[in-house]
Amino acid sequence: MTGRHRENYNRNYLRYVNSFDPPTKHTKNCYRAFMVGGFICCIGQFFRYLLESLLGLSGDELAGTVSVLLIFLGTLLTGLGVYDRIGRNAGAGSIVPITGFANSVASPAMEFKAEGLVYGLAAKMFTVAGPIIVYGVLAGALTGVIYYVLGLCGVV
Amino acid sequence: MGLHTVTFRNKPCILSTGTIAGPKESQGIVGKYVDCPLRDDTFGEDTYEKAECKMLSYAISKAIEKSGFGRDNIDLMVSGDLLNQIISASFAARDFNFPFVGVYGACSTMAEAFALAACLIDAGYMKRIVAATGSHFSSAERQYRFPLEQGTTRPPQSQWTVTGAGGAVVADRGSDICITSATFGKVVDFGVTDVNNMGAAMAPAACSTILRHLQERKLEPEYYDLIVTGDLGALGSRIVKDLTWEKGVDISRNHIDCGEIVYKVVEDEFQGGSGAGCSAVVFNSYLYHEMKKGKLNKVLLVATGALLSTVSSGQGESIPCIAHAVSFERMQGVRRRAGKER
Amino acid sequence: MFAEYFEIVFMFFKAFAVGGLICTVAQVIINFTDLTAGKILVCFMLSGVALQALGVYQYFVDFAGAGATVPISGFGYLLAKGGIEGAKEGLFAAVTGPLSAASAGITAAVVFSFLVAVLFRARTKYN
Repeated sequence: MTGRHRENYNRNYLRYVNSFDPPTKHTKNCYRAFMVGGFICCIGQFFRYLLESLLGLSGDELAGTVSVLLIFLGTLLTGLGVYDRIGRNAGAGSIVPITGFANSVASPAMEFKAEGLVYGLAAKMFTVAGPIIVYGVLAGALTGVIYYVLGLCGVV
Repeated sequence: MGLHTVTFRNKPCILSTGTIAGPKESQGIVGKYVDCPLRDDTFGEDTYEKAECKMLSYAISKAIEKSGFGRDNIDLMVSGDLLNQIISASFAARDFNFPFVGVYGACSTMAEAFALAACLIDAGYMKRIVAATGSHFSSAERQYRFPLEQGTTRPPQSQWTVTGAGGAVVADRGSDICITSATFGKVVDFGVTDVNNMGAAMAPAACSTILRHLQERKLEPEYYDLIVTGDLGALGSRIVKDLTWEKGVDISRNHIDCGEIVYKVVEDEFQGGSGAGCSAVVFNSYLYHEMKKGKLNKVLLVATGALLSTVSSGQGESIPCIAHAVSFERMQGVRRRAGKER
Repeated sequence: MFAEYFEIVFMFFKAFAVGGLICTVAQVIINFTDLTAGKILVCFMLSGVALQALGVYQYFVDFAGAGATVPISGFGYLLAKGGIEGAKEGLFAAVTGPLSAASAGITAAVVFSFLVAVLFRARTKYN
């Protein structure tokens, strides 16, 4: 079988296989993602009001404390084995909120605990979430530097 | 006979089998036939890798125990599993004091082990060989996919790795269920890159092996009561029927798939079961039992395996697949008595 | 009095709608491209940084509150905001600003994950 022929055959086969693919349930998936995502944000909003009225927090302190609480909830639900069940149905609705970030930090940490506290739990903690920190710090620092340069030029 | 098919003249046979299955698998069709349906999938161990190893070890010792021979009369163990460096099999082997040959054929390991064991026995080098393999959902999930507790959605074409292990004692005589031939598979790659769609990736390999087996043995597919594929799942089974039909061989009437039948409710696991344990558990419990009772006389086991790793799929490689076929036939009227050492 | 309650309820509604919409966009991307969770998170975080760098995301935050800060793009927004505010003080603060702004989240993630991992063990999924 020559390369070209084989390539054609493959493409035909892949097209044939794709015709079998069970249809993705777009509406159902999106509806669930919307509801769960919206609900988690509402919990965040609830914490905001709660902390504002109870502790009188405001500004960055308030936003930071809300994220800390949500991250706590996310890791706790991961530990209790609930978050993966939510995630199975909610899709992006439970991945994109900050609780999903917490879940992707806590789940490898739990999983690799068996390989020890240093090279297992700690080293593998950021296997999934590490890229977010890496690219986040890169992009954030880049933004800062650009704004600094723009500031020197007197643009902003 | 053929180029890639070995026919065994001395008819090595299966003396006994030992199987163990996880809680979810035990609810399905194999639950009645396995030696040990587990309620706790950690099997009392603290990690899933250790549980997998213990399950494999259990299946091997159960098979040996049921064969009526002591551990000292086993000449060799042929085994493998899905984990890196086949740790479950080699760690299970340290519990036994006979030689060990580690094989890796991903989910096709059971057929590969049967074929190699039959070859060694047919040639007269050895008398009794244990062929075994197993897999565990949680250890496979962690190696190939995501951490268990991570909230991810499973795509609809994905399969569920079977928690279970199965082993069999293959001997030179002593049983009427014989291994009559084996076809070793070629690695086939049709360019499927979706690691969740194993059925589609493996179907061409299964098709190639089935066609070659039938052609080289000059058989019609109706010769077999059942042509059993390993873990193609619901989608893969449809594809393999189509592919063989396209080549003029109709297996739709006597084809079943271990992955498709292993779970009670297929919808929850989407396309069905997969993993080395899938064909090992289903064949060594349910199908072996049916053969023993005489409900099935001629069975062709075509276990398929996807030979990928997380590294290869990370580098964008497609999935090369393999399928080994082993034919089992019940030799009526030539039931031979279990002979003691000559 | 009534207006105050109405404002709170309306705020919840806005948070729900905006947060839900961001998740729905992610779900649509997953449906059509099979991106894994890690990649989705990175994409949304980067889009948060980019939007804030252009000065847009602040409007979302002012409008929807937690609806915009809770999704991971809000994390990006925080990083970018830290960088922009640091840039006013000097180059050093411009580079360290992003991470100090996000330090609460990262510290919480590390601390709670560590505790959870020590206390619990990963269990098998049943379906």
